Amino acid sequence: MRENRGIFYRIDWVLVGIYLALVIAGWLNIYAAVYDESHHHIFDLSQKYGKQMIFILAAFLLALGTLIIDPKFFSQFSYFIYGFFLFFLILVIFSGREISGSKGWFAIGGFGIQPAEFAKMATCLALAKYLSALDVDIRKFSNLVIASLIILAPTLIVFLQHDTGSAIVFFALVLVLYRAGLSGYVPLTIIILPALAILSLLVPKLLLTGCLLVMALIALFFIKRRLKNILIIILVFLASTGFVFSVDYGVNHILEKHQRDRIYVLVGQEIDLKGAGYNVNQSLIAIGSGRFFGKGFLQGTQTKYNFVPEQSTDFIFCTIGEEQGFLGSSLLVILYVFLFIRIILSAEKQRSRFARFYGYGVASVLFFHFAINIGMTLGLLPVIGIPLPFVSYGGSSLWAFTLLLFIFIRQDSYRHELI
Amino acid sequence: MERVLANRKYIIIGFFALIGFFFLVRLFYVQILVDKYILSANNNVLRYMTQYPARGLIFDRFGKLLVYNEAAYDLMVIPRQVKKPDTAALCELIGIDKQEFIRRLEKARNYSPYRPSIFEAQITRENYGYLEEKLFRFPGFFVQLRTLRKYTYSVAAHTLGYIGEAGPDLIAKNSYYKSGDYIGISGIEKSYEEVLRGKKGMKIRVFDVLNRDKGSFREGKYDTTSVAGIDLFSSMDADLQLYGEQLMTNKKGSIVAIEPSTGEILCIVSSPSYDPNLLVGNIRKKNYTLLLQDTVFNPLFNRALMASYPPGSTFKLVDALIGQQEGVLTPETRYSCPGGFPIGNGKVVACHAHPSPLDLAGGIQISCNTYFCRVFKSIMDNKSYVNTRAAFEHWRKLALSFGFGKKLGIDIPNELNGNIPTAAYYDKYHGKNRWRAMTIISLGIGQGEIGITPVQLANLACLIANKGWFYTPHIIRAIGRKDSLNQAFMTKKIVSVDASYFDVVIEGMANVVTAGTARGAQIDSITVCGKTGTAQNPHGKNHSIFIAFAPRENPRIAISVVCENAGFGATWAAPIASLMIEKYLKRKVTRKDLEERMINGNLINGKVPGNEREQRDILQD
Ligand SMILES: [Zn+2]
Repeated sequence: MRENRGIFYRIDWVLVGIYLALVIAGWLNIYAAVYDESHHHIFDLSQKYGKQMIFILAAFLLALGTLIIDPKFFSQFSYFIYGFFLFFLILVIFSGREISGSKGWFAIGGFGIQPAEFAKMATCLALAKYLSALDVDIRKFSNLVIASLIILAPTLIVFLQHDTGSAIVFFALVLVLYRAGLSGYVPLTIIILPALAILSLLVPKLLLTGCLLVMALIALFFIKRRLKNILIIILVFLASTGFVFSVDYGVNHILEKHQRDRIYVLVGQEIDLKGAGYNVNQSLIAIGSGRFFGKGFLQGTQTKYNFVPEQSTDFIFCTIGEEQGFLGSSLLVILYVFLFIRIILSAEKQRSRFARFYGYGVASVLFFHFAINIGMTLGLLPVIGIPLPFVSYGGSSLWAFTLLLFIFIRQDSYRHELI
Repeated sequence: MERVLANRKYIIIGFFALIGFFFLVRLFYVQILVDKYILSANNNVLRYMTQYPARGLIFDRFGKLLVYNEAAYDLMVIPRQVKKPDTAALCELIGIDKQEFIRRLEKARNYSPYRPSIFEAQITRENYGYLEEKLFRFPGFFVQLRTLRKYTYSVAAHTLGYIGEAGPDLIAKNSYYKSGDYIGISGIEKSYEEVLRGKKGMKIRVFDVLNRDKGSFREGKYDTTSVAGIDLFSSMDADLQLYGEQLMTNKKGSIVAIEPSTGEILCIVSSPSYDPNLLVGNIRKKNYTLLLQDTVFNPLFNRALMASYPPGSTFKLVDALIGQQEGVLTPETRYSCPGGFPIGNGKVVACHAHPSPLDLAGGIQISCNTYFCRVFKSIMDNKSYVNTRAAFEHWRKLALSFGFGKKLGIDIPNELNGNIPTAAYYDKYHGKNRWRAMTIISLGIGQGEIGITPVQLANLACLIANKGWFYTPHIIRAIGRKDSLNQAFMTKKIVSVDASYFDVVIEGMANVVTAGTARGAQIDSITVCGKTGTAQNPHGKNHSIFIAFAPRENPRIAISVVCENAGFGATWAAPIASLMIEKYLKRKVTRKDLEERMINGNLINGKVPGNEREQRDILQD
């Protein structure tokens, strides 16, 4: 009797509260973004905000369902759930519908369902399940290979669907491997390489090579000068120099035209304000014009011109920036960071290794979405179309993020029941 | 160890916090520190003004301007910025009533309250001056410079095509187009849209709440200039086109003329036609509806590309070529004609009276039905194939290499395939293995299920003139630079018949004009090679067909003429073709009597002389 009543006492209401705040903020800002005087009712189902309300109500049901299910279900059926969504990911390549250049959609009734969104949750589950096995140690090569395959399989399939944005998100799970014991150099490299790539487009190559050389010399000066260390530094220097010089080739020959344009826009080489640079510039004008207090709810002028095509989905942060100003947008950023930290701290408290690794997975995936989306809107990253978790318009992403978070909340509430 | 790993949470949390902090700094920079992205505080509005490029011009083959642009102005509205308008005054300015004003504003609002929509399109230069002075009183309204398409000669409406506003479906599909943009809807305007349209530019200007222009946003740093469209150099001869349209006055049908050595189209006449200047600017919608509703003359229908006729006796040329290629026919093959060809069950494909027996050139010259029924039968009964079906399949393959049965791929939209029936079709119609040469013998004289478009007919004349090859016919010879060549039409198409088999056919065609069925097509000092034909028309009087090329050596023009309901091929189509050839090769026509008779001939509602001989038409050509 006590246990049953207990579930709702033991839920981390702070996490639920942040979730609700983000979802409601999203809904109101979608309303503001596509606001239309002739359909001014926020419940108007013919409009995006009306549809988002339906999505939100359905998400609440999903959340509730997740909280009722036996938490052991998720750990026991991790691989099954993973396999299930992997199957759908492959299926969608052959029978899916194409929406804005990406093939990853299923049409169910009038809605598009994007399995890639759910695959992130399934991959977190499978990875947590694998890492939580007692005999698995990520420092062993064979275990590292299997863990990497669990991440790479869906990444590759999503990439084949031409959904580069979603594919990149899977790399976030490296943070889970890092927590499980993977060498810190791996996540460091994953962060440094793109930065180096962007730098090599911005800064003259010889100058950059010079900087690398100076850094290598400084490193040589400070380390214990044993042959092995010296060799490693020389190798790293040569590899990064090679990388710097191969970036041009990669950008020009491997990336597709629209991806290339987006990168050139980022580094300021292409001032094409009607093409690829247009969105980012519009986005910055909108956010910048919000100043400190913002123009007020529904008072935005820039975002309302509909000049940014993905106003309610990928560029929703513009509306917040314009109408809520520095105050509102920085509050949102802080709220997100607080959410991520809370999940990490909570994950550390878990007694079950499964729940802990899963928690890290949740935090990493949400964080990557947050970082890439806002980074793009603020003109710091190339335009990569992925949604802002809980805030952007769209059923698939909202439901997938809700499941992702609430499975963790459910695991967390169970922590107390284990006693 | 686990303790140490647990400490990694600090690194991860630190990383999350660092990125968050980085975003806060960036937000502070963008929103507070720099003016770069900020509009001045009193809520000024940016207006994104599209800079429309001038559309490319179109010239004829001698450099005459066919299509050009004229300045016009669109009155635009941004519904959300419309503030308590002095409705009556504005209505008066543009000559509409209050209800219409409300209707248009509502329509614009439905498209978008925040983006400009066209309120009144294509205001002329005079009216614009008057409007411009008063416009400051109407916030939310402004004027945008546009251009109006104009056609120097009122010819070639089907070929040149017209432009119109991009519709909502297209805007949803293609992100280049926004409401109010113009797009080519038919003809060259459509097929070369991406070349002609140029590149739009964008000017961002700041307006205050009183609709006053406060200048460029950030000194025009974000403005982009428009790039004018690229000019097209057509292979059309405007004089010949005009002359063809005159000749086809009051007739239904088409004329297609091609330069054999290049595949360049010299003219395409589809009659009845209309004045292209009718479909320009704000009169377009009204006139288009009128043209569309004219179901008697169907002026919008491009017969040259979209009508498909049984080619009649012109197809005997194809029999002659395929028969030789298949080895069942030589120039010396002689068949006698007893006045018809019996096809069983007491039925006979009739022929007219002529000397008999004839060789191949004679068969073409006299257009003997018996001769070509026998040729076709020998192609189908060829012992090299296991059965009729296999022989037919091969015949069809050769026929397709002539450019029949599928679109030629010319650079004018809406071309039709025509039809060469398939073996599967006959299997279905007669039953498998239940059809023989005799069942489908009408194909041999170009009747029955076979359908060929006028442009395919002209191309037939072309490929015979070239002795076995052609370039895909095209109307645009150069893009951008007059002396460049249209790279899309540089591949030679080879017909699956050896060049040596063409000489006897050309000999026969020359005799058609000098001593055969089309003596009316003779021109002094020019050897015209031609062939008459009559297309059976189950709905009325038969269609008159003539194809020809000239001169015999180094041909410079190949032509097809179709006159619907004109009966015998030699009476209308052949003289018209002959006048066209004379006009093109000599630049002036001396046979004024014939010219006058052809121009004045009314085949639509007038009485055609000598049309009682309906049934004999087919027999005679
Ligand atoms: Zn005969």
